Amino acid sequence: MSGIIRTQGAQVGFNDLKLPGMWSRKIGKDLYEIFIGPQHPGSGHMRIVIRVDGDVIVEADPDMGYVHRTMEKLSEVRTWIKGIPLFERMAIHDACNVTLPYVRAVEKLMDIEAPERAKYLRVLLCEINRIAAFLYGFGIFGVFLGHSTMYMWPFGDREVWVELAEWLTGARLTHSYPVFGGVRRDVPAGFTDSLRKAIRYMRKRLEDYRKIFVDNPVIRARLEDVGVIPKNLAIELGITGPNLRASGVKYDVRLNHPYEVYDQLDFEIPVFQEGDAYARVWQRVEEIKQSLNILEQVADWLDKHPRTPILHDKFWKTAPPLYKKIFEETGRAKLGAVYAIMKVPAGKAYERAETARGEISYYVESNGGNKPYRIRIHSASARNALVYKYIVPGHRVMDLPAIYGSIDYFPPEADR
Amino acid sequence: MVPEELVERIKSLLGDFAKEIKIWKNDYIEVEVDKENIEEVAKRMKEFGFDHVKDLTVVDYMKEGFFRIIYNLGSYDNFELSYYIVGIAYNIPRDKPVTKTLYYIYTSADFQEREAYEAFGITFEGHPDLRPVLLSPPVAELKPLRKDFVVKEDPEIIAKKK
Repeated sequence: MSGIIRTQGAQVGFNDLKLPGMWSRKIGKDLYEIFIGPQHPGSGHMRIVIRVDGDVIVEADPDMGYVHRTMEKLSEVRTWIKGIPLFERMAIHDACNVTLPYVRAVEKLMDIEAPERAKYLRVLLCEINRIAAFLYGFGIFGVFLGHSTMYMWPFGDREVWVELAEWLTGARLTHSYPVFGGVRRDVPAGFTDSLRKAIRYMRKRLEDYRKIFVDNPVIRARLEDVGVIPKNLAIELGITGPNLRASGVKYDVRLNHPYEVYDQLDFEIPVFQEGDAYARVWQRVEEIKQSLNILEQVADWLDKHPRTPILHDKFWKTAPPLYKKIFEETGRAKLGAVYAIMKVPAGKAYERAETARGEISYYVESNGGNKPYRIRIHSASARNALVYKYIVPGHRVMDLPAIYGSIDYFPPEADR
Repeated sequence: MVPEELVERIKSLLGDFAKEIKIWKNDYIEVEVDKENIEEVAKRMKEFGFDHVKDLTVVDYMKEGFFRIIYNLGSYDNFELSYYIVGIAYNIPRDKPVTKTLYYIYTSADFQEREAYEAFGITFEGHPDLRPVLLSPPVAELKPLRKDFVVKEDPEIIAKKK
């Protein structure tokens, strides 16, 4: 929310260019300042202040913070368990991925580990979330490029994964599924059959996407050689996720710092060398395919193994007999009162995970109390925001929506 | 590579600059340095292979009277190093929160130093564009992440009122 500083007192003659719905003003010979957002459909809940010479951008200043909720501060006045529903507000459709490193960091401090079945269930929801988040990103990207079919299709197909997540956790978004020591629910009867059906359906649909969107000559003309991030610059800026891998860097937290059961699953990390907006689209298509492979393996594992406890003994042993009976009948683990009063041993832990948009990292410090002393979150979108400042200048204004969409920037996650 | 091996390599790399090295939970390595040496340490760490700042954490120790600034470094290019996070940590007094920027060594610290500036009021000398990034200027004045900033909606305060 900083761009406003420079423009205070400049309200007079503020609409030199008379652009509908956008502020703009002349700041020099052939040099105009245009405020794109925060209500503009091409920006989301953020604003990019650009300076243009003709229609070539010479300077861009990303102006974030419109959906900032001070999560780091709020977490300091809440008990440990309340951090989970708080942090998943960062990316509600990617809730499992976003909260998992927090849960794992606290587990690290307590020296406990989730049972194997819970680990597979976490991976299951993580990948369902990842696919849903990619499809969401595709839909928004379609809007940016004026491709209304690519808006309708992924949003419709995303419903398949959201419904699966609802069936598994009871909530369409904000699942609060991983908890300290395990997960809340086991898979319902018949879940893996529907999951396999969804995987088959999605593979077919990816082919449809390719025909109508990815291989579309108009889309290729808009995206190829636009927003190129060279490999060395991608590393220097510390950008992350599919954007980094589309620039030729083979880095994925699931590979470099394996968590849960990712080291036991067979999947590849796709890498593209071009680093342009078009490569980033392909990158996401390939990553969906890999997620589908992972889900297939998880479904096989779940079919082969009978139901076992999904919470660590430290928490499950305090559960009253009624809770255990409910779990045996329905697969739902009701959380015991121990979560409300739990204290975490003093210490520091650092944990990260690969979300749909890239790496998220949590620094968690405890002083032995019932609340965190300090939690620092740095999310994928916050790291990718540097792209606007360093990559956008030199492009035409027309390219800005293409770059913005291809980065898959998500303001609530960036603002935290 | 086991963490102890990395610690040995960092020790030989930094020499006397590293005052204390701690391993937290097997994959997080915290290196305590002096404020004066931070630029030299950052340069050496970057050459060593830690090519970006994963996040910049500031912790407010109000009772002890200092801020702890931790640059958590990660590696993209080196597979062995990428398993670990190395936190370069140093303390600055709470009543004079001024330190040097690492912007010219790590571009990835750009917005994060601005975040530390707005949330804790820490001035990073030499940063070319030190403005608030997430907060509006009046809110940034309150330095909301300092421990003496009390959250009004604190659930305990609300509970006591009843």
